[in-house]
Amino acid sequence: MNNTLPIIILKRLTMGLFILFGVSILITVGVEALAGDVCSAVLGQAASPETVAACQAQLGLNQPVYVRYLDWLFNVVQGDFGTSLANKREVSELLSKRMGNTFYLATAAAIFAVPLGIFLGVVAALYRNSALDHAISSSTLAAISSPEFFVGYILMAIFAVSNNWFPAISDVESAAGFWSRLYVSALPIMTLTLVTVAHMMRMTRASIVNLLASPYIEMAKLKGMKPSRIIIKHALPNAWAPIIQVVVLNLGYMVVGCVVIEVVFVYPGLGALTVESVMLRDLPIVQGTAMVFATVYVVLFLVADILSMLANPRLRYRK
Amino acid sequence: MSGNESKKLQEIEKLQKRVISGSLSRREFMRAAAVMGLAAAAPALYAKAAHAKPKKGGHYRVGLPAANTGDNMDTATNSDNFMITMAQGSVRNCVTEVDANGKAIPELAESLEPSADAATWTVKVRKGVVFHSGKTLDADDIIASIEHHRGEGSKSAAKSVAESMGEIKKDDANTIIFKLKSGNADFPFLLSDYHITIGAADKSGKVDWMAGDGTGPYSIKTFEPGVRAHLVRNPNYFKADEGNFDEATLLALNDANARMNAMSTGQVDAIARCDLKTAKLLGKKPGVEVLETEGTKHYTYPMDVRQKPFNDNNVRMALKLGMDRKVFIDTVLRGYGALGNDHPIGASQNYHASDLPQRKYDPDKAKWHLKQAGMSSLDVEMSASDAAFAGAVDATQLYAESLKPAGINLTVKRVSDDGYWSNVWMKVPWSASYWSGRPTADWMFTIGWKAGGNWTETFWDHKRFEELLVKGRAELDEAKRSAIYKEMQSICRDEGGSVIPCFVKSVDAASDKLGRPAKLAGNFELDGCRSVARWWFL
Repeated sequence: MNNTLPIIILKRLTMGLFILFGVSILITVGVEALAGDVCSAVLGQAASPETVAACQAQLGLNQPVYVRYLDWLFNVVQGDFGTSLANKREVSELLSKRMGNTFYLATAAAIFAVPLGIFLGVVAALYRNSALDHAISSSTLAAISSPEFFVGYILMAIFAVSNNWFPAISDVESAAGFWSRLYVSALPIMTLTLVTVAHMMRMTRASIVNLLASPYIEMAKLKGMKPSRIIIKHALPNAWAPIIQVVVLNLGYMVVGCVVIEVVFVYPGLGALTVESVMLRDLPIVQGTAMVFATVYVVLFLVADILSMLANPRLRYRK
Repeated sequence: MSGNESKKLQEIEKLQKRVISGSLSRREFMRAAAVMGLAAAAPALYAKAAHAKPKKGGHYRVGLPAANTGDNMDTATNSDNFMITMAQGSVRNCVTEVDANGKAIPELAESLEPSADAATWTVKVRKGVVFHSGKTLDADDIIASIEHHRGEGSKSAAKSVAESMGEIKKDDANTIIFKLKSGNADFPFLLSDYHITIGAADKSGKVDWMAGDGTGPYSIKTFEPGVRAHLVRNPNYFKADEGNFDEATLLALNDANARMNAMSTGQVDAIARCDLKTAKLLGKKPGVEVLETEGTKHYTYPMDVRQKPFNDNNVRMALKLGMDRKVFIDTVLRGYGALGNDHPIGASQNYHASDLPQRKYDPDKAKWHLKQAGMSSLDVEMSASDAAFAGAVDATQLYAESLKPAGINLTVKRVSDDGYWSNVWMKVPWSASYWSGRPTADWMFTIGWKAGGNWTETFWDHKRFEELLVKGRAELDEAKRSAIYKEMQSICRDEGGSVIPCFVKSVDAASDKLGRPAKLAGNFELDGCRSVARWWFL
């Protein structure tokens, strides 16, 4: 195993680089295909042919797209993500700020959602087909089936408007210190937790229930073991692989998929930045955020596979 | 309101203003009110005015729409509420400003004097004004700031305005002479354009716009474009009664729901641009006041008059008569609007032609016009998107319904919000659009209606209109000017290519802990985007 794991990691990371390269080409082609450019977007209704032309010349937008792409690629390889076309801000500085916010939100939500999802899944499997199981399943499924903005607004109505417990707007930039940051982002964290718990809970329950018919579980039952001990000691270790995959998928979603939540609570994260930059056709920023998102997925799935292998020796030795 | 009563109201307002400025005592106010037969209401009226005296202090938090991660302090491309409030309204000044009554008054200028033909203007720069960086304002700063918008390579939205200022010459350190291409009695208004803010020029005569230096009531502490700005008071500000808060936070709340929530939970003290659907409910919350201001903003349906069938004025008239304006205002604007009369000058503005008959919904007459055009029915298509104005697609559907009885079949083509202004507007024969309006009739007509203009959205070219436009601009005689602009409005109304159903009110909200001037400016939302400068905590 000591020989195979590093090789697998190396292979996957190399593949990751190719994925990033592919993504960057797709993004360039995609943004180019959209109507208008940053100049017409910034000037909007006030654009006139001369001012747009002047703006394009200043930003070098009159060069062909492949030249601009190669320029960008050349700089990125050297660690320079360029500057925003709209206001000349350093993309890396802007990204690191927004990344901090997004990763904070994702981490905080994960700290609540992952243990909660697995715990509820185990409980549901333990008391399967009971009233408790149905209650857990139906409430978490209801949360995941409602659109995120709806869950967000319901929470806002309860915790911000009716009772002034948490702020309706997550003005994280004003929050200094860990606790005040947690306080201002309480509602988006809750929303993100609610919309991700169901997936993890269902997968945990399903993979445990699947195993309960296996002979070695029967054996444990016949020995007179307590059901809770059977599940935690015998079933769960064999169920980890699919659970890890689902958890990681949800972690990825927490980073990449919370645009809607960011809009509802005016949370300054990467998702909102991407949407705004696409509307502005600000290609360097869109590229930057896409690189972050793609990297997150590549790394997360790598971690998931490594963890699955560690949890399941059979996966380590392929024939 | 009867004439007598409105006169009384004006009197009271005048008295209140004198209380605010401190030139009238409580006893004098009471006596004057009693003479007018308002003894019973006098104490309340006095209290309102007495409270209105600006007080310093506090941290003002305001939720503003239309912010963007691409925002910056180069005002050449600023276009909407957040940046106007921040740049023009808080951090910088212009040479002139538009006051609450719609008049241009000197701001960084001390005086502006026209020659007899209004073609040469002598501007005296206000003395003793300092930038946040410590530099003293002089003529060079103003000239450099205006030049930024002109000439080749300018990407400024105010390029045409700056170019109309002709030759700009420094006479001495505090005097600038403008030699305009042609006379313009409204020249002081041009200098109040929110794009043309004044920055500090360096030795080479350039302004470092991104540095964010300015002469305004606040300086920038932190600015995260598209997220928030944190401003602190400029202790050296030259207007004693403005810049009253110790600090101010401008929060970017682009989503209307987010603004309404922030206001109703008390997370901000004021918001601009309420969600019209829920504005009435917000006003019922204790401690929140919803403010309505009449302004210059109007929605338009511009037709390309060069193209069939819009080249026939009878068709244009039929489409104008087929618009049910009342229903439009009641549904699309939830009542927060005033009737439009197919010309771009609003009732709150100078030179508004109030004696021009209001155009009413008349499908029969529309039908008659169609017949004059030799048609028994008409099929037209309009492209609309909510980028034109909030609810534009629904509004256009509504318009289609009201056109049916006139035998006009309007198909609404829903197009993408994205790129609307570059790909649809002024590219298709008929589309939905809006104008935030301009402070003067001349400016509005020049930028939106003059033949051959970049933004003449109807591609209209009317001989008499063009003559009047040139004549009116240089006319310094008020009565003659007024007659000229009235005729122009009448021409737009009866021959122009645009259906203008309504003027839109600004609907904002503010906490009742805030003091504000008795009359709010209507040129932009939230007191002309100057609440940060002009308001205070009671």
